Amino acid sequence: MKSLELWSAIALMVLASSAGDVILSSAMKRIGDLGELRARHGLVAVITRVISDKQFLLALTCMTLAFFSLLTALSWGDASLVAPASASLTFLVSAVMAKVFLKEDVDRRRWVSAALVCIGVALLTQ
Amino acid sequence: MTLRKYLVLLAVMLFGGAGDVLLKRGMKDFGPVDLHNLPHLVSALANPWILIGIICLTGFFASYLTALSWADLTYVLPATAMGYVVIAVLSKYFLQEHISEWRWAGILLISCGVGWVTRGPALTKRESSKAIIPEALISENQEQHEIA
Repeated sequence: MKSLELWSAIALMVLASSAGDVILSSAMKRIGDLGELRARHGLVAVITRVISDKQFLLALTCMTLAFFSLLTALSWGDASLVAPASASLTFLVSAVMAKVFLKEDVDRRRWVSAALVCIGVALLTQ
Repeated sequence: MTLRKYLVLLAVMLFGGAGDVLLKRGMKDFGPVDLHNLPHLVSALANPWILIGIICLTGFFASYLTALSWADLTYVLPATAMGYVVIAVLSKYFLQEHISEWRWAGILLISCGVGWVTRGPALTKRESSKAIIPEALISENQEQHEIA
């Protein structure tokens, strides 16, 4: 039962983190190239535009949920399991979500890269 | 990809990694956190390492948002993972931590993954993309340039 709770917390963390990244990516594409916007309208206008964006705030909410799920998972399981499992799975789930929801062109190059990074992150915690 | 965009990706990697290591350095001075006395944590903000760490992490978030404004998520994510490599290298030389062979293997794999993805296109081709800023925020005196 404890194992089920632990993996539920990890799953919630992975989903919330990936959803946060996908929503954030969508929001930033909609807002536009921040470098160009800053050159045209100034830094204050760009910051105001970003923090008043509803999608951006939703992404922050997801990331906050992910953070507290991670804390919960860490309180239930070993850091040596929780940290690599959540970080590696987040890379893969984010890639899948980016392909499905953002219609990103996730070609073989990006899948291979995501897999290498995923395994690399897992090894870093050894 | 212009030089400016590569510099933004470099900022994502360096600020993320350096921020975490600086927080770790500061928390070493601060000592273990007592869960029964969480308000005490606020005093950690007086530590210069932690303050610089927070500034770095703010820089990380700003450069991460900037990168996401012109590159795909699946392009930017591996770059953020490069921050783990920065953490490992800084931990070895700045915090004098031991890095095992497994970790060096992990660093190698992440580096290969990042090198591999950054050689490809940064953004999925779309029909059109437009920058939007409410007119109220635009000063009348500001010069208007065409979006590249």
